[in-house]
Amino acid sequence: MSIHVRGISKAFGSFKALDNVSLDVPQGTLLALLGPSGSGKTTLLRIIAGLEWPDSGRIEEDGADITDRHARQREVGFVFQHYALFRHMSVFENIAFGLRVRKAPKQEIEAKVNELLHLVRLDGLGGRKPAQLSGGQRQRVALARALAIRPKILLLDEPFGALDAKVRVELRQWLRRLHDEIGMTSVFVTHDQEEAFELADEVVVMNHGKIEQRGTPDEVFEHPATPFVMDFLGNVNLFHGRVEKGQAFWHGIPIDYPDYPHAQARPARVYLRPHELDIARTNAHAPNGLVTDDSARNDPAGNGSLPASVLRIARSGAIVRISCRPDGAESELHVDLPADTARDLALQPGERVAITPRKVRVFLPDPEYVI
Amino acid sequence: MSTEITTTRAMRRRSVLPGFGISIAITSLVMTALVIIPLSVLALRAASLGPTEFLAAAWTPRARAAYAVSLGASVVAAAVSSVCGLLVAWVLVRIDFPGRRLLDSLVDVPLALPTAVAGLVYSTLYVERGWLGRFLVPLGIQGAYSWLGIVLVLVFVSLPFAIRVVQPVLESLDRDSEEAARMLGANRAQTFLKVIFPAIFPAVLTGFALALARALGEYGSVVFISGNMPFKTEIAPVLIVSRLEEFAYAEATAIAVVLLAMSISLLVVVNALQQRVARNAQ
Repeated sequence: MSIHVRGISKAFGSFKALDNVSLDVPQGTLLALLGPSGSGKTTLLRIIAGLEWPDSGRIEEDGADITDRHARQREVGFVFQHYALFRHMSVFENIAFGLRVRKAPKQEIEAKVNELLHLVRLDGLGGRKPAQLSGGQRQRVALARALAIRPKILLLDEPFGALDAKVRVELRQWLRRLHDEIGMTSVFVTHDQEEAFELADEVVVMNHGKIEQRGTPDEVFEHPATPFVMDFLGNVNLFHGRVEKGQAFWHGIPIDYPDYPHAQARPARVYLRPHELDIARTNAHAPNGLVTDDSARNDPAGNGSLPASVLRIARSGAIVRISCRPDGAESELHVDLPADTARDLALQPGERVAITPRKVRVFLPDPEYVI
Repeated sequence: MSTEITTTRAMRRRSVLPGFGISIAITSLVMTALVIIPLSVLALRAASLGPTEFLAAAWTPRARAAYAVSLGASVVAAAVSSVCGLLVAWVLVRIDFPGRRLLDSLVDVPLALPTAVAGLVYSTLYVERGWLGRFLVPLGIQGAYSWLGIVLVLVFVSLPFAIRVVQPVLESLDRDSEEAARMLGANRAQTFLKVIFPAIFPAVLTGFALALARALGEYGSVVFISGNMPFKTEIAPVLIVSRLEEFAYAEATAIAVVLLAMSISLLVVVNALQQRVARNAQ
């Protein structure tokens, strides 16, 4: 079933949680609502579920207006961040709850619950109490419970937020497989970009009650629509440069920026992702501050390179992060290298390097100034 | 000797909280001085009677009737308090209305008001020509000098306990599981009966036990409203006092011991039930 959110606004007192948000979720999509806390993502999810009512706007399922339909009539499965299991009931009874209140026949309940226990890989644990399960198991019970009523839409509120890192990754992959099997339209809320990118077909980035960008994980990551998205996706070097005559300047290095052909110079924000930077050792000063090493000049993008000093080198999992200070700059610049490359390069703090951007993103702070 | 030293040292090392020794000493002192010694004296006094004398004093038809009135009215009053207390607590926790804070502080008034005053006010209200009695008595509802009157004042004195025990549990109730029940298609009644009530039932039982204990020991208000008619509206504490007025100290003690034994057994049963339910609810 497809979901259509049409111009939803919602305020809590003076706080605008959602500001005229519209969103279509096509049948069978696994969509992530990604954003910082207070961005309105959970409120949007709860409005789709019927747990919260919008101040204005409509919710449609397959074209039918369900805005005024009560949560219990929406045929929506909801998974809560903290599981919200019924503590006094066994796992079996938790999963059976939705069927019991619908007065389903006993045999049908039994069969359905056992099928779901198998689906969430909890065979034989039906007699346990939620307190006797691990966090990951509890969240799987919550999922089975939500699926028991054969919902047409599955909504998940920070489903892995309360789990530890390893379980989170396992459960994430398992949920993706499960979604591929049952193909139900699903929306989940998360503040973790890695989770959104790994799990979702489409990612919707939200901020201050508005949708900043919507697209596949690739689109959002490779072509962030706004500075906020760029920032929020994290791990980014931000510098203040300027744009002029189709070029942006970052520490004097020109970067092609055809979006701004005007002669009048304007300040701009220049974003560089740490893994999209090349680094080479120079250990030599040129009198004009420009890099003299030929290998550093030899960059395919023609962007020029920036002289800098290495400050720190830190290993983080499969990558090595090198923190540098570009000459004449206040802020630091981070460069991520694969561990092997970093080992071959064997840089030491204090060494002189040249940094070459492979890819640069430029945002003008106030688009309305653009003529 | 050496083992003893190591044990104490081990205990000292294991305890995170300071002052274990002094706090246990104070606790024992308080419990001994305030509870154990008076109760022992009571038991000793009763023991000075032989078994036959004891039975003759404590098991007369009039005394048996008084126990029945005491226990019956207290159980009914505690039950009414539990139900009403749950409702009041629910309203105080879940509904935000003007005057909520005021109502919340009114809850404790029965604890502060001399219960004799409550008894007097109730009897004035419910007598034939009282404000409420003039409407109720023609309908056959006797609020004053009746068993009903006893229950009324016992509810008054025990209600705060029933409310105050349930209130924090309702406040800490996980709203998510209610929403989960609604999402799964449960209506309001089903959500309350299957999700909310099992979670608060242990607290309701604890409130019932406290209300019951309070009602069993109540004297001041009942003496003014019940009429104290032997075999009908005479509660055991009133009987004890009337025995004392006749200088029949041993008899009074014997009745007190029986009342105490009955109360303790009742409370033990309720507490055992409460613990079982609470374990189940975990």
